[in-house]
Amino acid sequence: MSLLDKLDTFAAARRAQLPDGADAFGVPIDEIYSTTEARIGNRRILFLGTNNYLGLTFSPECLEAAHKAIDAEGTGTTGSRMANGSYSGHRALEQEFADFYQCRSGIVFTTGYQANLAVISALASPGDVLLIDGDSHASIYDGCRLSGAEIIRFRHNDVTDMEKRLRRLGDRSRSTLIITEGIYSMLGDQAPLVEIVRVKNAYNSILLLDEAHSIGVLGKTGQGLAEATGVSAEVDFITGTFSKSLGSIGGYCVSNHPQLELLRYVSRPYIFTASPSPATIASTRAALRLLREGTGLRQQLWQNVNQLYSRLQETGYQLGPQPGPVIAIILDSPQQALMMWRGLLDEGVYVNLILPPAAPEGKSLVRCSVSAAHTSEQMQQVGDAFARLYPKLVA
Amino acid sequence: MTNDYDYIQQKLCHHLKQFGSQDTVITPDTDLINQLAIDSVKLLGLIMEVEDEFDISVPLNALTDVQTVRDLTDLIHKIKLTSQ
Repeated sequence: MSLLDKLDTFAAARRAQLPDGADAFGVPIDEIYSTTEARIGNRRILFLGTNNYLGLTFSPECLEAAHKAIDAEGTGTTGSRMANGSYSGHRALEQEFADFYQCRSGIVFTTGYQANLAVISALASPGDVLLIDGDSHASIYDGCRLSGAEIIRFRHNDVTDMEKRLRRLGDRSRSTLIITEGIYSMLGDQAPLVEIVRVKNAYNSILLLDEAHSIGVLGKTGQGLAEATGVSAEVDFITGTFSKSLGSIGGYCVSNHPQLELLRYVSRPYIFTASPSPATIASTRAALRLLREGTGLRQQLWQNVNQLYSRLQETGYQLGPQPGPVIAIILDSPQQALMMWRGLLDEGVYVNLILPPAAPEGKSLVRCSVSAAHTSEQMQQVGDAFARLYPKLVA
Repeated sequence: MTNDYDYIQQKLCHHLKQFGSQDTVITPDTDLINQLAIDSVKLLGLIMEVEDEFDISVPLNALTDVQTVRDLTDLIHKIKLTSQ
């Protein structure tokens, strides 16, 4: 089969999943009205699939910071930090992340995807072992592949299974990097982090925690799951993204290990990518300040989460195992998921459609992302839309 | 090959019976993808079962060369030998 024929096979599979030309994986958004509303065609829709957990994309502080940075430093850095140097904003944001997490140092990356790619591929190499949760994000899988290390999966959130695999490794557990996530992006559930830390300590392994979906959401100051469960000091590396609670694009890693700084010289995804633009860095710095002071935003977010999660549960939907900013509605088939996604769009609610093999265990999902910027009335509107669609699902 | 090898193959065939139709005959040459329609998600589920059965961990990297029942048997046998 030729290279191009292979792509045609993918196209055929996509057509089979999305008949009638439904473009669920590339919906054109025609106009943005606000943090929570937009226009698709001639329809006004409510955003419920954007991971804008704290609703900071239109915060006046972030907008002003970005505008000023463009005026002062231009639209882009046009190269990597190794070649073109580090702007003051890059260095300042790294220090601010280190301070936020009370860690020795931090590094920022151009995307969240790249943060995992860069850190994992630099920490592990052929001969090492990467022990990862089966439901890990694609950036973790791809970082693992790039490292050349042995990749072993454990059952999702199953610490007994994880420990079994460490036991099988014998002395190699000491050169094993365990990777887990604060909140999982598909089902919205949290890792059993206290137990994972206990086992990681028992086997002298290293632990990397991806707080992409939990920064700004969990913990007293919004650091994430490690803070919420009181084990921050025992997590070796924390990665995360700017593209959810921080409302921009980019990624970070913080650690108390002095070796983190060496990644700047050995990590190809860090070395060979243009650095984040001044506007991105400036808006992220402003967002990080708001996030740190954002107890009210977190309270509002959780109020919205609990309102929607309990309403959907009462309606009869099968949901992800625990409430969180990601609320997954689990459906029996891709056809049901597509029907639900279309029905919600017709009701003016934009959610994410997740079809196999993207969702765990071959499931089909529609995924909601709740924001602090949503109002209680909007959550009611969404709950009503889901309730109107439920009878079609069980018919 | 040792008896262990035969035992592994026998157990593997037992696990593979859940795939394909009732009259599918599973032989060492049976192709996992083309004959048993085992896609990437199903394969990872199967590997978890096999790992429990033999008390081993199968690295994802090692699966790229696995196409047939024989390939998978060889891989498990090799991992079993090195883990003893």
